[in-house]
Amino acid sequence: MSEDAWRGVAAEDNEDIDRAVGVKLKARSRALLGSLLRPHLARVSVTLLFVLLENGARLTGPLLVAILIDTGIPAAVHGDFTVVAWCVVGYAACTVASAVLWASFLRLSNIIGQDLLLDLRQRIFQHAQRLSVSFHETYTSGKVISRQTNDVDAIGELLEQGIDDLLISTLSIGSIAVILIVLDPWLALIALTTALPLILVGRWFLRRSNEAYRGVSGRTATVIVHYVETMNGMRAVQAFRREGRNKSIMDGLNSRLRGVARESLNVVAVFTMTVRLIGNLSLAVVLGVGAWRVTGGSLELGVLTAFTLYVRRFYDPLDDMAMFANSYSSAIASLEKISGFLEEEPDVPEPASPRPLPAYEGGGLAVEFVDTEFRYRPDTPIVLPTFSLTIPAGQTVALVGPTGAGKSTIAKLVARFYDPTAGTVTLAGVDVREVADPDLRAAVVMVTQENFLFSGSVADNIALGKPSATRAEIEAAARAVGAHEFVTALPEGYDTDVRKRGGRLSAGQRQVIAFARAFLADPAVLVLDEATSSLDLPTERIVQRALESVLADRTALIIAHRLSTVLIADRVLVVDGGRITEDGSPEELIATDHGHFATLHSAWQESLV
Amino acid sequence: MERTGTVAALRRLAPYLRPVRGRLAGSAVAVLGSMVCGLTIPLVIQHILDGPVAHRQTAVLPWLVLAVGALGAGEAVLFYTRRKLVAGPSTLVEARMRADLYAHLQRLPISFHDRWPSGQLLSRAVSDLSTLRRFIAFAGIFLVVNSLTLVLGLVVLFVLSPVLGLITLVCSAPLIVISTRYESTYSVLARKSQDQVGDLATVVEESVLGVRVLKAFGRGAHLAARFARQARELRGTEIAKARLLSVLWGAILLLPELGIAAQLLFGTIGVVDGTMTVGTLVAGITVASYLRWPTDSIGWLLAETNQAGTASVRYWEVRDAEVTISDPESPRALPADGVGAVRFDGVRFTHPGAEQAVLMGVDLELRPGETVALVGPTGSGKSTLAVLVPRLADVTGGRITVDGVDVRDLRLAELRSVIGMAFEEPVLFSASVRENVALGMADVGDDEIRQALRIAQAEEFVDRLPWGLDTRIGEEGLSLSGGQRQRLALARAVLGRPKVLVLDDPLSALDVHTEAEVERALRSVLSGVTALVVAHRPSTVKLADRVALLDEGRIVAVGTHSELLRHSADYRDLMSTMDDEPAEVAS
Repeated sequence: MSEDAWRGVAAEDNEDIDRAVGVKLKARSRALLGSLLRPHLARVSVTLLFVLLENGARLTGPLLVAILIDTGIPAAVHGDFTVVAWCVVGYAACTVASAVLWASFLRLSNIIGQDLLLDLRQRIFQHAQRLSVSFHETYTSGKVISRQTNDVDAIGELLEQGIDDLLISTLSIGSIAVILIVLDPWLALIALTTALPLILVGRWFLRRSNEAYRGVSGRTATVIVHYVETMNGMRAVQAFRREGRNKSIMDGLNSRLRGVARESLNVVAVFTMTVRLIGNLSLAVVLGVGAWRVTGGSLELGVLTAFTLYVRRFYDPLDDMAMFANSYSSAIASLEKISGFLEEEPDVPEPASPRPLPAYEGGGLAVEFVDTEFRYRPDTPIVLPTFSLTIPAGQTVALVGPTGAGKSTIAKLVARFYDPTAGTVTLAGVDVREVADPDLRAAVVMVTQENFLFSGSVADNIALGKPSATRAEIEAAARAVGAHEFVTALPEGYDTDVRKRGGRLSAGQRQVIAFARAFLADPAVLVLDEATSSLDLPTERIVQRALESVLADRTALIIAHRLSTVLIADRVLVVDGGRITEDGSPEELIATDHGHFATLHSAWQESLV
Repeated sequence: MERTGTVAALRRLAPYLRPVRGRLAGSAVAVLGSMVCGLTIPLVIQHILDGPVAHRQTAVLPWLVLAVGALGAGEAVLFYTRRKLVAGPSTLVEARMRADLYAHLQRLPISFHDRWPSGQLLSRAVSDLSTLRRFIAFAGIFLVVNSLTLVLGLVVLFVLSPVLGLITLVCSAPLIVISTRYESTYSVLARKSQDQVGDLATVVEESVLGVRVLKAFGRGAHLAARFARQARELRGTEIAKARLLSVLWGAILLLPELGIAAQLLFGTIGVVDGTMTVGTLVAGITVASYLRWPTDSIGWLLAETNQAGTASVRYWEVRDAEVTISDPESPRALPADGVGAVRFDGVRFTHPGAEQAVLMGVDLELRPGETVALVGPTGSGKSTLAVLVPRLADVTGGRITVDGVDVRDLRLAELRSVIGMAFEEPVLFSASVRENVALGMADVGDDEIRQALRIAQAEEFVDRLPWGLDTRIGEEGLSLSGGQRQRLALARAVLGRPKVLVLDDPLSALDVHTEAEVERALRSVLSGVTALVVAHRPSTVKLADRVALLDEGRIVAVGTHSELLRHSADYRDLMSTMDDEPAEVAS
């Protein structure tokens, strides 16, 4: 613990899965695997057939060698080459069949695997998009991303090599056992009995390699986190002379990673040695007994030859099992996590039979809250006690009030990021829960302070507001919010790649692009949640001028801390403790004695002096 | 990559390999030994079948069987020895190379880190080094040993029977050519698939991080279509890879087996002619089977070697980057009675590789104990000027002095201990609160940390965290609000009571709600030290004694907020909002 003291304490360190949960996890993973495999059952049976035939072809080889030696050669010595010819041709034919079947198996099984991965990838992606904002707020982005990347990769790896190996190994071991028994039951008994310790060794190996695998992946993760955080925080590291401390932490993590990596290599070393030892000793015993029986005349020389060839092949695939064990344990863990993720239900479900919004002809849509109440979870306090509010079409409403008063929550209910726990929110008289998502998103757009840009050009990012927009429309939107100037100053203008997360642009510029996006979308209802507050002042002025004309013919809900923004509203609502305490035009509220808004307004006027 | 390039790149690993070369050589010997055992076993078997069994001589039989057992045990033990011998050195080399890379990266200047995304640096420290480890532990050794085995096996076959030897040679030569050719085609596809996996991961990342934007605009389906298209492309590449691989495997299975069929035919003829014994034929087939892995692995081993070469090049690319900011050769000390006076004298700065200078002669003086706000339009170089003080970057002209001493004449540790910094984005590490505040000051006590937290108005919320100072925060721990993060960053800056503070707008990344709480903290942080505060908003400027306006690479005006509002039109333009334009409000 003391070595880890720098990391501090966190709740998930004590995470433990009890048995009952473990069983449930397995059932859930199996169900997912079943649903993924079901569409491919026919092709899966064909690949199995290929493997069976290939295995048969491959194992016939040594049999033919035995026949050739026992009957072919003596016959050939007497001038009869028929058996030899058949054996050689048969051997070659088996070889060709085996190669062709194996290649076909590889292709087909890969196509199935890839189809399955494609299906899984799309399921997770679409599910992540379907899940509500409240889910994404609790389940960290890192976890969602790793479900879709690392976990899918782990399953892909198992499909790519693990399954082949397992299938071939089991088949090959099983059929060799059968052939040995057919050739000579007594010698087969010896060969198979000497192989029994393998079961113990295999068990030991599976357990240890699983532990070692977990150790390595856990330790690797800690090294990666420390490494990446150092690189991303290099300014702070150097400014605060953390290099030395970091180095000693890294040395500790690094040497522990090395310890577990060595341990896992040792496990493999012991396993391969034991398998080889058992195999070779078994070969010696079979050879000894066999040779003794050949001299006694109770065994053919060819049968013994075939035995020595088969016994070696019997042990060959076991080395591959080592590979399988690792990919298997990581894939199972991933499957458990993915199935859990897919089980999450969206809090804001799509309506089963959506109702259309009335045909829109400009001028905004009316928004109405009827006996609406909201809390995040049944066990948390009420954020918005029951309230009703009507916003006529075309009205611009500003929400004012202290932090945590519930302004953002009201805005998010309109955009249906959340659903109310009681009552309804309606858009042009239709409950938003009954509106199909594409219709709702076309009608209501919300812009927040968060200004996420996607990789692609500036134009692509603006066009997100309306994918069908022409370049002229995009430029017009950019002009309206004052983005045109800085965009054209970029090396490739609108086609400039914004780089990862818009790294090429400043925070203010990103926010202006986010604005252009919303203006291009041209929604009937626009919700702005502190959308202008990260702009620098000259830019904010431009955006605000644009706002005034844009808001004129639509419904708008604005949350802003700057009074100049609030004053362009037709109506101001003061929200406090989840309740609307003042409601009126800016002029009316300013005239109210001791009103919250009046107080704010006079404080602001004083600051101007 | 060029073969010579690969060799040159791998040769650079020498300093790391030298200390472990004994064990590596031992491991190669073990491999060779196990191969000799493996090859000898079929020869002994041949002897048994031809000798005692054919001539019914039971007396020598036990000894020969024992010999097979002993050789088998030897092979197994040597297998173990090889892995055991190589486990230590290969992981040691990997760990050392990673530690050295990490140490080097910590010394490289910020300008390097701004250019290199952390993902690129991470892949060098993790996947490239594990490629090298695999090469050292496996491909490197087996490339040597397998080539030797192949030669040795062929010699054995030729000695047994020139005909059998010739057949095996004819069948293995094309296999080596085919597998080498396929490996190079395959690596192109593998590279393509890696890139596609990367692109897919980017879409995933963006879909999750930008989920609110996607929901707000209802563009989830739009991105899902792009994701589906890219995922299908990846599927196509993977299937193409499998197709190539299936052909290669087909050849690998086919050619040696056809060789065995030919051996059977010619062997039988030999036996009939009396030029060969049955035992020789069996031994020949067994040896030929034994040579299959050394033969078809060569293409793959060469590809691994190539990859290791590329990994080494990528690794050294970073290690060769020059550390441009380091301690002076003959450092000067700060005066003992230093008061924290900072002067910028004609400071110029051009970003590496850029043509246009950002700073073109900045002159500014910070008097001891005074707070100066630095304002200017976006892109005017305010943040650049700030990082020049603790030498996170070096001036390209002019100089910066602290108490009269040029910052470049001071040891970095001394300079950075008299200057505290805070950045726009408060970076937190996945570590305890204590560790996050102390950062480089290893031997600092809880009292001092608490004092710093108190000054930054952060003590109260830290005490409310479930494990107080021990609570893990950052990505892997408890998440804090923007205001809390920024106050911790301020506590960091004031820990150890530096004489000079350089704050790169600690308020700018905050949402409006938390601005007020941090502003309070700032006020207490700034008392009694010399401070340069980069500012965007009037609220931050109001904390300063004087304001300096940076424009077009120079300080164009210095004075108090109200002086500048009166005298500088540029300043008015920069700092006034529509709040200050009553005419607009009235309309």
